[in-house]
Amino acid sequence: MGPLLHVQGLSKSYTEAAVETRVLDGAGFELARGETASLVGSSGAGKSTLLAILAGLMLPDSGNVYFDGQDVAAMDETARAGLRARRIGVVLQNDNLIPFLTAAENVELAIKLAGGDRPGPRATAILGELGLGDRLKDLPRRLSGGEGQRASLAVALANQPDLLLADEVTAELDSANAERVLDVILGASRERGLTVLMVTHSLELSDRTERRLRVVDGGVIET
Amino acid sequence: MRTAAQVTVESVIKHFVTDAGIVRAVNGISLCVAPGSSLAITGPSGCGKSTLLSMIGGLEAPSQGTVAIGDQVVSELGDEDRARLRRRQIGFVFQSHNLQPFLTAQENVSVSLALDARTDGYERSLELLAGLGLGGAVGKYPDQLSGGERQRVAVARALVHRPRLILADEPTGSLDADNSVAVIDLLKEAQIEVGATLIVITHDAAVAERLDHQIRLRDGQVVQDFDQPTLSTGDGVRV
Repeated sequence: MGPLLHVQGLSKSYTEAAVETRVLDGAGFELARGETASLVGSSGAGKSTLLAILAGLMLPDSGNVYFDGQDVAAMDETARAGLRARRIGVVLQNDNLIPFLTAAENVELAIKLAGGDRPGPRATAILGELGLGDRLKDLPRRLSGGEGQRASLAVALANQPDLLLADEVTAELDSANAERVLDVILGASRERGLTVLMVTHSLELSDRTERRLRVVDGGVIET
Repeated sequence: MRTAAQVTVESVIKHFVTDAGIVRAVNGISLCVAPGSSLAITGPSGCGKSTLLSMIGGLEAPSQGTVAIGDQVVSELGDEDRARLRRRQIGFVFQSHNLQPFLTAQENVSVSLALDARTDGYERSLELLAGLGLGGAVGKYPDQLSGGERQRVAVARALVHRPRLILADEPTGSLDADNSVAVIDLLKEAQIEVGATLIVITHDAAVAERLDHQIRLRDGQVVQDFDQPTLSTGDGVRV
């Protein structure tokens, strides 16, 4: 069985005020099923750009992303939407919750969009695992930054995806809640083979993952 | 077509406890917005506009007083019923579009219907996006849209379930003048099309003037009613 994620020759440039900056320049790596990896690098190195491309939110200028052997760029939009809804969970730096839906409704929505069953009990269970069992009926505005981040993680994990892409998921959390979040993510990897790629600035966090990848000079190297 | 909702706010107070003491964000407001009409709420930053709108939409509970949408007293509803009211009867538009970055425009528009397990979400969202001039953007992600396009998607999301009440908090705050007028006109047209009552918070006089009525808040109270004097009552604003 091949890798879950195979990234090959990714390049991406931005042009601002007629100045072109090449953020990614032939980046490539593989992640096996169930592997956990952190993605480190200096600010502006291209970590978030790489994550956005892997999540299908941004197109590379060149290169390919293969998910479970399939070229993501060659999929039609319906197939790509299905991939994102059911097989890839994404947590970005902002909480990205819908403001007029409660924490539980935000999670239930993700389950329903993926065609999942028992959305209510499943939303309750995952929010409980992340320490938000008493915040189910709260709107995002009532959640602290860390609680909002955990609720976003619940949305990302709600459909038991094969791959979790997370951008600074513990940045706003105190150490106890950061531990709790890591336990849930790494536990899902151990127990059901979740593959994880986490952007982080934290060396402590990157020590907890099996591999540490670094974005440097537009490429991805193992450190 | 569903019936537009009358909004009744009775002697509402909202206070917050801060390090500096108790702050009365809304300090005894009463008003009644007639079904199918549109109201602009203006006033300086911190005057209580957003807090008032949040209470009308069931996003915040008043400290005192009542808010009713039609014959439902929002502040007396339990969590589940209030969530259902927000989802089924109210359309929200915020300054920050709050679109989900990993959902397409079409998917973002249909979220309220998906949550209620409605099967008509796809067709309805396509129809709305086309009507808002975004027929070519249905499969695009928020990052691939301009600011004005994103806000139009947010407007479509607020309308998809044919709400009885549309609440918009600075919907044009991040847009240029042309896009602001375009978005507010879309909201007004849509309000008429779905048969809803529309309440908009705005700093922009040009936006406020496009609505049927205006009130101005300061320090948590209504200080100016732009309507004909005969429409005002002693204990509140009737529009």
